[in-house]
Amino acid sequence: MPVALSPSRDPAAFPRLAFALAAILLLWPGLELTEFDPATLIDKRSREVMGKFLGTFFPPELSQDFLKLVFKSTLETLAIATAGTFLAIVLAFPLSLVVSRSLSISRIGPRTGHWIGDFIRLPARWLLIVLRSIPEIVWALLLVRAVGLGPAAGVFAIAISYSGMLGKVYFEIYEAGDTRPARALMGAGSGRLAAFSYGIFPMALPELVSYSVYRWECAVRASVVMGFVGAGGLGTQLELSMRMLNGGEVSTILLMFFLLVLLADGVSALLRRALA
Amino acid sequence: MTAWLSLLAFVLISGASFWYLGIGFGDLLAAESRGKMLDYAVGFFPPDTSAAFIARTLQGSLETLAISAIGTLLAAFMGLFLAVPAAGRLGLPARAAARLLLNFLRSIPELVWAMLMVLAAGLGPFAGTLALALHTAGVLGRLFAETLENTPPEPTLALRNSGSPTALAFLYGTLPGVMPQLTSYTLYRWENNIRMAAVLGLVGAGGLGMMLYMSLSLFKQGEAATVIVAMLVLVAIVDALSAWLRQWLGRSGS
Repeated sequence: MPVALSPSRDPAAFPRLAFALAAILLLWPGLELTEFDPATLIDKRSREVMGKFLGTFFPPELSQDFLKLVFKSTLETLAIATAGTFLAIVLAFPLSLVVSRSLSISRIGPRTGHWIGDFIRLPARWLLIVLRSIPEIVWALLLVRAVGLGPAAGVFAIAISYSGMLGKVYFEIYEAGDTRPARALMGAGSGRLAAFSYGIFPMALPELVSYSVYRWECAVRASVVMGFVGAGGLGTQLELSMRMLNGGEVSTILLMFFLLVLLADGVSALLRRALA
Repeated sequence: MTAWLSLLAFVLISGASFWYLGIGFGDLLAAESRGKMLDYAVGFFPPDTSAAFIARTLQGSLETLAISAIGTLLAAFMGLFLAVPAAGRLGLPARAAARLLLNFLRSIPELVWAMLMVLAAGLGPFAGTLALALHTAGVLGRLFAETLENTPPEPTLALRNSGSPTALAFLYGTLPGVMPQLTSYTLYRWENNIRMAAVLGLVGAGGLGMMLYMSLSLFKQGEAATVIVAMLVLVAIVDALSAWLRQWLGRSGS
């Protein structure tokens, strides 16, 4: 029996204690800033509101009219995601060509580079960064005020923020690829666009499509969430039901949301497997 | 051939989507609405840089930072608490129940949790903190459970066999070994959560998002522009900080 050490002795106790204390001191202002107060969760008023609301979650609202409405918003969400992704691809493709160095003379051409190339490429890269750094729901909020409540704001929000992401990934795919075929074509006298279409694009295509399909899957989820700020689809319906504290409707919509995400996952996985 | 057919199918489906949504580009490009949109866009320049509003934006940024940090920390504790049963350490029924709970927490998006928490805790940053904590607990709990399952059991077994209680054997036999991995996962989630914390306010859960929402509602686009810039700067700072912390943790090996 090992008895020599007392069981309470921990050689690392002091540094651990010091670390924990430092962390608490550092985070204390955070608790103040977030108005951290679990008591508000169990005070009488919020208990009553939440109790009543959660109590109505079961059974889900399954009346014919409401199901029709949910089905319509689900289709709308799918349409927003698809139309938005389509626009994003249409915008991202030319941008990725402008930004990519794979087409630059300095990399594949017979001559050395030209300063004009960088002069155009750099602002285009910045544009892509700005487009994708602003979250899609912020774009949606901004656009709702420009084009009005409804699915158009959602479509354009996805088009804008996803064109930034797609553009970046597209040009990274080109640049990661083998440039020798393109170089050979240009050496043999073909133009740059032709060299791209026959030397780079065919090899990059499966990856481009696979990533775009994955983005469509993300767009389905995003377009639900964007509905909260009024950009149409299932999210707008969820916001309405939640505001009216109608738990049955909320649970039906949440169930539909899970189904939709599962469906998008499945379709996306299927398409990508077909490509591989 | 199949490639062209799939392209055609995609274009057709997209066309059908536009038709179903009834998005008329004609209306959008009509002179009147074009003028309105231009006015709106021009309103964002210049951003509001008055000292008073900059001070409020800084306050909002700190609030967003606090929401993301406290939310992620809470989530890490909840995640670890749920990961122990989810890794199968307390028997099979507990494992199934914990996994179900984790899946549930994870599959509800942060913004939906935020709307629910605004009802439960009232408007403000506390609702945002709880919303982040609940969703992230589901994400981290699953990652933590996988880490626990993959960690070698020998140190814990050695402690158990020499007579230490289960809880202490976990604390001294398992936790030190998995800690770097858990910290790295948590920091990675924090990077994600600062982005989320910035927009949770759009449904009333405090921070920069709430300021953005209010500025836009009052048609003060200059203020909105300042808030958006603050969001971008905050995210960039947290990314850099988290990358540096992870590098530092990786080097010190603790």
